[in-house]
Amino acid sequence: MKDLISNSIYFGFLISIIGYEIGLLLKKKFKKAFFNPLLVSIIFIISFLLIFQIDYESYYNGAKYLSYLLTPATVCLSIPLYQQLTLLKNNYKAILGGIFSGVLTSLTSILILSKMFALTQEQYITLLPKSITTAIGIGVSEELGGIVTLTVATIILTGILGNILAETICKIFRIQEPVAKGVAIGTSSHAIGTAKAMEIGEIEGAMSSLAIAVAGLITVVAASIYANFI
Amino acid sequence: MRLIKQFGIILAVTFIGELLHYIIPLPIPASIYGLVLMLIALKSRLIPLHKVKDAGSFLLEIMPMMFIPATVGLMVSWNSLRSILFPVLIITFITTIVVMAVTGCITQLIIRLEKRNSK
Repeated sequence: MKDLISNSIYFGFLISIIGYEIGLLLKKKFKKAFFNPLLVSIIFIISFLLIFQIDYESYYNGAKYLSYLLTPATVCLSIPLYQQLTLLKNNYKAILGGIFSGVLTSLTSILILSKMFALTQEQYITLLPKSITTAIGIGVSEELGGIVTLTVATIILTGILGNILAETICKIFRIQEPVAKGVAIGTSSHAIGTAKAMEIGEIEGAMSSLAIAVAGLITVVAASIYANFI
Repeated sequence: MRLIKQFGIILAVTFIGELLHYIIPLPIPASIYGLVLMLIALKSRLIPLHKVKDAGSFLLEIMPMMFIPATVGLMVSWNSLRSILFPVLIITFITTIVVMAVTGCITQLIIRLEKRNSK
């Protein structure tokens, strides 16, 4: 059985879908933010692999086809953006101002906290791109000399956290404008947060998609300056 | 056939994005070039919305699932993460909340100021 699973091309893909479906079911049943389908599926799959002693490579062998779809899917983020283009034009000052201050807040808070925890320069740089989309974040981390696998881990952690907390944070800080909600979610928690923004509404989803691209590009430039601060 | 044709168009734009990423020496990923190109193509009606909408919506709908494989990879990078797990968790938690709150509040503030000025 283990041999079959280790050699199967379909196992990784299949268990990813099963895990996500379980997550969707739990979310429907308990209606709690903690039952985030992504989080549930990851806990389910890691537990499954550990219990049946299947290594990550065997899983990834099938699951990679799912990751391959990420690039065309990111390209498709242009569709909701196109549908909200007038809204973007009318609010471009607010959107750009918001994203810019968000990126600076992100880098500055990481700088201060890294100093507080006395992290090494390598660890600090690893964390710098954690609010932006994985594809750009990997590039930034590599370029500046961070630990890339760790960068990916923190990017995903940030995304899941943003996804789970988005609605609560918007409520606490009274962020009510759909445009502001979308920009906030996309700037802080990239594509994984954007999945939540799309659930909240079309405008939120579109603005969040835009924020991923713009925040990513600003971070590329700003992170290379911030890298010298520790 | 309709869906696969739409998927084909999306892949074509993605491929041009990859090409640009290959030619231009900047740390900008193929997907962002593709996103901008697709937006320009939609705006200029080079690609009408209905030619990509169904396949595109499907991809967007299943997008969260696409992060599963990389995240399960945490089980491999666990050893390098474990030594700084505590600071990483605290930093991630604080910055995610602070960044979301600051970005949202500032965006909202500017929107409301502009609305008031235009009245």
